[in-house]
Formats: sequence, structure tokens, C-alpha cells
Amino acid sequence: MTALLEVRNLTKSFQGLVAVNDVSFSLEAGRITALIGPNGAGKTTCFNLVAGALSPTAGQVLFEGRAIERNPPEAVCRMGIARTFQIVRPMKDMSVLENAMVGAFSWTTNVKEARSKAYESLERVGLAGKASARTDQLTLPDRKMLEMAKALSTRPKLLLLDEVMAGLRPTEAAGVVGVLRKLAEHGLTILLVEHVMRIVMDVASTVVVLHHGAKIAEGEPSQVVADPAVLESYLGAGFHA
Amino acid sequence: MQRTSDQASDAKRWGAGVAVFAVLAVVGGVSSAYVISLLTIVLLFTFMGQSWNLMLGIGGQLSIGHALFVGIGAYAVAILNIKYGITPWIGLLLGAAIAGVVGAVLAWLSFRFEVRGIYFALLTIAAAEFARIMFGGWDYVGGMQGLFYPAPSGTMDLAMLRGDSQFYYFVALVLAAVGVAGTELISRSYWGYVWRAMRDDDEAARALGVRTFRHKVLVVSISAAGAAIGGGVLGLVQGSIFPDSIMGMGISVDVLIGPVVGGLGTAFGPLIGSMAAIPLHHAMGSLGDSLGIPGLNSVAYGAVLILVVWFLPDGIWPAVVRLYEAVQLPARSRISQLRKVEE
Amino acid sequence: MLSLWLNVLASGVLIGLVYGLVALGLTIIFGVMRVVNFAHGEMVVFGVYIGYWTVRIWDVPIIVAAAIAAVVMFLFGYLLETLVVKRFVNRPHHYQFIVFIGLSLLFSGVLLMSFGPDPRPTASQLSFQTVKVGPLTLDWARIQAAATAGLLIAALGAYLKYSTFGRSLRAAANNRLGGLVVGLNIPRVYAVTFGIGAACAGVAGALISPLFDAQPYLAVDFTLLAFVTVIVGGLGSFGGALLGGLTIGVAEAIAALMFTPSMKTALPYALLIIILIFRPRGFFGAKDI
Repeated sequence: MTALLEVRNLTKSFQGLVAVNDVSFSLEAGRITALIGPNGAGKTTCFNLVAGALSPTAGQVLFEGRAIERNPPEAVCRMGIARTFQIVRPMKDMSVLENAMVGAFSWTTNVKEARSKAYESLERVGLAGKASARTDQLTLPDRKMLEMAKALSTRPKLLLLDEVMAGLRPTEAAGVVGVLRKLAEHGLTILLVEHVMRIVMDVASTVVVLHHGAKIAEGEPSQVVADPAVLESYLGAGFHA
Repeated sequence: MQRTSDQASDAKRWGAGVAVFAVLAVVGGVSSAYVISLLTIVLLFTFMGQSWNLMLGIGGQLSIGHALFVGIGAYAVAILNIKYGITPWIGLLLGAAIAGVVGAVLAWLSFRFEVRGIYFALLTIAAAEFARIMFGGWDYVGGMQGLFYPAPSGTMDLAMLRGDSQFYYFVALVLAAVGVAGTELISRSYWGYVWRAMRDDDEAARALGVRTFRHKVLVVSISAAGAAIGGGVLGLVQGSIFPDSIMGMGISVDVLIGPVVGGLGTAFGPLIGSMAAIPLHHAMGSLGDSLGIPGLNSVAYGAVLILVVWFLPDGIWPAVVRLYEAVQLPARSRISQLRKVEE
Repeated sequence: MLSLWLNVLASGVLIGLVYGLVALGLTIIFGVMRVVNFAHGEMVVFGVYIGYWTVRIWDVPIIVAAAIAAVVMFLFGYLLETLVVKRFVNRPHHYQFIVFIGLSLLFSGVLLMSFGPDPRPTASQLSFQTVKVGPLTLDWARIQAAATAGLLIAALGAYLKYSTFGRSLRAAANNRLGGLVVGLNIPRVYAVTFGIGAACAGVAGALISPLFDAQPYLAVDFTLLAFVTVIVGGLGSFGGALLGGLTIGVAEAIAALMFTPSMKTALPYALLIIILIFRPRGFFGAKDI
């Protein structure tokens, strides 16, 4: 399998504080990869570096072989990497459908085309029935789905999801997992950033574990969960019992 | 199903717009000269307010110095027409182009470093003041003494945009209609969607591929060009141009009063707001004059502005819409309950 | 020639300190409340009239007039915040703008109704006294104004830095929500802040009353000048207001020597635009606006 995205020796420091330290990993096309780690592990920084919201201090992000780490977020999106925000950010004075349309305008200026793409995205996440609702009428799970629909409208090759399941109840999270599986089956590559490991165990094919800004493990979920370094540093000493 | 109801409400809106402007056309045919000249100003500020509205209400960028663009338009038309006898049509186009470039440069300077919000707003007012003072010291354009159009001959001349007050009323009416329709069309276009997205959340819009920097520059530029066209006609209507009046802070305030008082980001807000604010301003002025109290005008107008923002927080038009919905909604919900029973 | 330039520079610095005080009032209000006081110039003009009348009626020294202006304008600002401004603090800037334009119209209308449009020169003997310091010949009025303004700026700086209430002001400026969490009395902080801001403007007005004729139409110019000063220095920054004031004061003095009067008035704006090109947030601008 070829790597769609390759992160090479990525380092980011904020005023001397190293948030991401020499991290490398790659994402295979059509797979779901999870980036996990405890609070402050550097997941979100790493995520923002890939999404173009931050520029790295050192290292590279290669997408389809091209270095993209100096591009602004809108350029990164136009190359085919779409992201969601951990704290959902709907455009509050636009309807659900209009929110989903915005992403489509990254590749078309035709309003009709954008509208039909937006419907399609909403259908894929199960929100088509609420297309004309205002965003403040949506429940939290629906808002998370709207974030995904907005991203899907950009026709991404790679979808970056920032803690898309945080704050959801298990049944709601299961719904998201179902949607993610379906998207991956259709060939979309997904990078999930999650705080809680359990959630990603049965959806991710590969897990990358960060701790204090550095990568401490990478592999299949079953391998990673058995890794003593991960247990020690990520799950805490109390986990041994 | 969703689309058909959208189309129905669209048709209703366009119908309402046509009706409003039809009524205004009739008013122009039958009203007294005083009413017509006052309404002409109202309609011109509707148009300029609409251009300002495009920038803040849709594009999310605040300008408190739109007098800069109004003045550029007024001077472009006046200089070409008075000094060289060139038709105002050319002057309007040239003024719009220059204002568009000036607006784009200001926006570029400021947004380049992500300077926005109140900083950008203060920059617009500083630029307007700078221009006002420069024009006041520029002898070629008459300095503080300003420029004067020759007295109207009374015969209508569309090619030279000359005519009586009724003629200018209809010019202003057409302009206002174009402004309202144009805003509606733009807000339903590709631009409208991405502008509203960047207005609501710049970072989220960028994450969805919206090149917000160039769109901000674009919306400021278009808004500036619109204001310049309004300013060009305003100068013609007034017959004279002075830097202190056409580029002063008063114009900047009058431009934005309409949309803010009427309802920001709405198609009819600027019309309704200008209808309310400008005659009020004039009435206060005449009241103060007739009583011989020079500051009364200013006190009353200031108090009204504060009270409007205080008690009608999002403007007159949204308040009217809410009132209408409050009357309509109970009826609708009863109908939907009936439907549920049928199911 | 050199002494001419030194004189120009010195008088620019002197008036610059007063501009700094005006700007400080604006910047404190903005820093703490994120509100731009578009009626700031009217508050300066209130101060000018307070100076004019107290000197005229009681023939008090200008320092006493400034103290009276400070008290009156603090109370005025405090009340204005509590009664009106408070309701609009969390509204978007364009609504605030309309409210303050409304206030500004209201105030200037009141001034016009009370005093008429004609300028009133403060015929204090102070205006004509000069002091010679080496090559410099300086107006006594300017020196007094500048010294008082400078002292006040320093005192206010110390107050903000060392007093408990001053610290809570700064806490509120740095993080409004954080301030709320640690139990600051935000409404009171806001009212006092607005009072201090108004007092700065009022004192500055009283101090310059021997130099400027009292006139309602001065207000707009002062508002705009204060804007320019704070943007040059950086909106919300204490040191920026002072530096901005000095910059504008000196630039104006130089322009008065070299250019026509209209160019002199335009210069601060030109300076502002140039500075914004290179340092868009001013010398010490706040990052998050």
C-alpha cells in the first residue's frame, strides 16, 4: 500500500516548549488511522500541523508526495485534506444545508452543484432530514455529524477528525463509528484524533500513540494496547491492577 | 420538498420587493417637491447603506469610514463633469473603479496581517479623515470651497444625467432597487455563501477551503465601488460638493444608520432604516432651526439612535418579522398538529 | 536654526504628553471593556469647558481646574457606564459605534445649546507667560499641562501596577472571563474604568483650556486624534498610548513648522497609515481583538 500522507520528523515548539517532538508516521490510503494520547500529548498540535493551521518548527508533511507543511489551511483543504474542529463550529447564521454547501465551494462556484453535493454529504452522515434546520436546533451528535458533512463537501481524499466522538454517549459514538466505516469502505482515508483509546479500538486499523509530544508506539490496536510503554505512560500506572 | 418551499418564499420576497418599489414609483409621481427631494436622499442612502450592508452584514467587515468611498465617487463625477464636460456616466464608472481599488488596498494592507474587527474599522475612519483633509487642501478641486455644478436647466438629459428633482428621484429609485436586488442576488450566489461563512467563522471557513483573505479584499472593494456610485449621484443631486460634507464623519454615520437601524444583513433593512432615520434627522433639524436652538437637532437625533439600538437590538425589520411570525406561528402549529392527528 | 528645531521638538513633546493622557483614557476603556469610546472627544471638550469656567469664575490655578475636571468627569463616566454603556458592552462593535455616535451627538448638542457655537478664548495670563531654559523658550501653560499630564500618567501607571483594584483592572483587561471566575466585581470594574477613562479626557481638556479656545466643534477632532494616537501606539496598551501621544505631538509640531495648516492636520492620519503598513497593530498592539 502507498502512503497518502507521510509525516516526517515533525517538530513544533512554542516559545521553547516542545509540543510535538520528531514525530513520523504515515497514513495508508483507504484506512482509518487513530492518533491517540493523554491530554497534552501533542495530538491536537500534530493535527493542526497536518491541517495547515500551524507551521512546524522542523520536519515535513508530505501529501501525495508533495510537501504541504507551509501551506495555509485553505490551500491544504483545496489539495484534498478536510478537517473538523474538536469544538464544533457551525456557521451560526446559516442553515444546516448552507453550512454543508460552503465546503463544496472549494471546488465549484456553481450554487446548484454545491447544493446537491451538500445534500449528498448530509445524506452520508444521516442529516439530510434536517437540511433546512438552523444549526442551534441540532443536538450535539448532529452537530458533530454536520462538522463531518461540511468536511465531506470539500471532496476530500483525507479526512481529519479532531475528537469527533468526545462528549458523545456510547450509542451515539457507535453511530459515528458506523458512518466512519462506511466512508472508509468508499475509499476515504481517515485520521482520527481521540483522547479515549477504547473508542478507536474497533474502528482504526492503525493506532499511533503520542506522549509528551513524542511517538511512543505505532501498530494495530491489539498490539498497541498490549505495549507496556503505552500502558505505563498513556494509561497511567494504576492500569496494571 | 425543501426546495419548493424555498422557491415559494423567494417568489414572495421578490414580489414584495417589486410591490414596494412600485409604490415608491407612484409616490414619486404624485408627491410634493419637498417630499420628493427628501425621499431622493433616503433612496440614495438606501443604496449606499446596502453597499455597506454587503460588507458587514454579509462579508463581516466593519467600516465606519464609508464617506471615503462616497467622496471619491462624488469627486470623480464632479471633476470630470464640471471641469471637462464629460458625462457623469463615465465619472460614475471611474469613481467606482478608483474607490474599488482604494478599498482593496486598505483591505489588503490590513487583512494581510490579520488585522481585523475594530482595528480595520478605525483604519477606515482614519483614511476617510485623511482624504477629507487632503481634498480640503487641494486647490484643483476647490479646496474647502468645494465644487459646484451649473444650475439645472430643467430639461431632462439622460446622457448627461441632468434633470429636475423628479428625474433624480427616479434615478435614485432605480439605484435603490438595483441595490436591494443586487444584494439579494449576491447573497444567493457563490460569493454570498462563502462571505457569510467567513463572517460567521473565519477559521472554520478557511478550513473548508475558503480563501478568506481574497474574499475580504473583494467584498470591501465591491462595497466601496457601490458607495462611490451612490456618492456620485448624491453630488449631482445636491449640486455642490464640499469635502467636509461629502467626506465627513456625518456621511459615514448616515450610510450605516440605515442598515443598522433597519436590520443588518437583510435586503429591506437599509431601505426601512433610511426611511426612518433620514427624515427624522431632517425633521429634528428643521425643528431646531424653527425654535432657534442650534444643538437640539443633534441632541434629539443622538437620543433616538441610542434608544433604537437599546430597544430594537437587531433593527426594525427583524422586529417586524418577529411580530409577523408571532401572529402567524400559532396558526401554523395548529395546522401541523392537525396533520399529526390525521397521520 | 538648531534652537528653532529644539523648541519645536520640546513643544511637541509637551503637548504630546497631554495627547498621551487623552489616549490613555481611551485605551484603558478599550483594554478593559473592549469598547471604543467614540464620544471621547466630547469628554475632552467637557474638560475644556470645566477649565474655562472654573478659571473664569473662581480664578483658580489651572491645576485646581484640572482636579475639579477629574472629579466631575470621573463621576460623569461612572454614571454614564452604569446607566447606558453597560447595556452595550457585549454587543458587536457596530452597535456600540451607533450608541457612542448617539452619545457624541447628544453631548455636542448639549454643549452647543449651553455655550453656543462661538469659540471662547480662555484669556488667562498664563497663556502669555514663557520660560527660558537654555536655548528653549516654552509656554508656561504648556509646561504646566505637560507636567501635570506626565505626573498623572505616572500615577495611573503606578496605581494599575501596585494597587489591588488596579491589578483587578488589569486582570479584567487580560482575561475578562478569568476575572469573572476569580470573583472580580466586573460591573464595578467596568464603571470605574469608564470613570477613569473619562477623567483622563476631562483632565487633559482642562489642562489645555489655556491653549485651545473652548468650542463644541473641537470634539470630533479630539476623538479622531485620540483614535490615531491609540492605533499608532497599539490599542489597549498603556505604554503605547504614551508613545503614540508623544509621536503625534512631535509630528504635529514639526508639520506646523514645515507644512500648510491642512497638511498639518492631515499628518497624524498619514503617519497612522504609514505605521499600519509596517506595524499593523501599532507599537504595542494587543494580539486579540
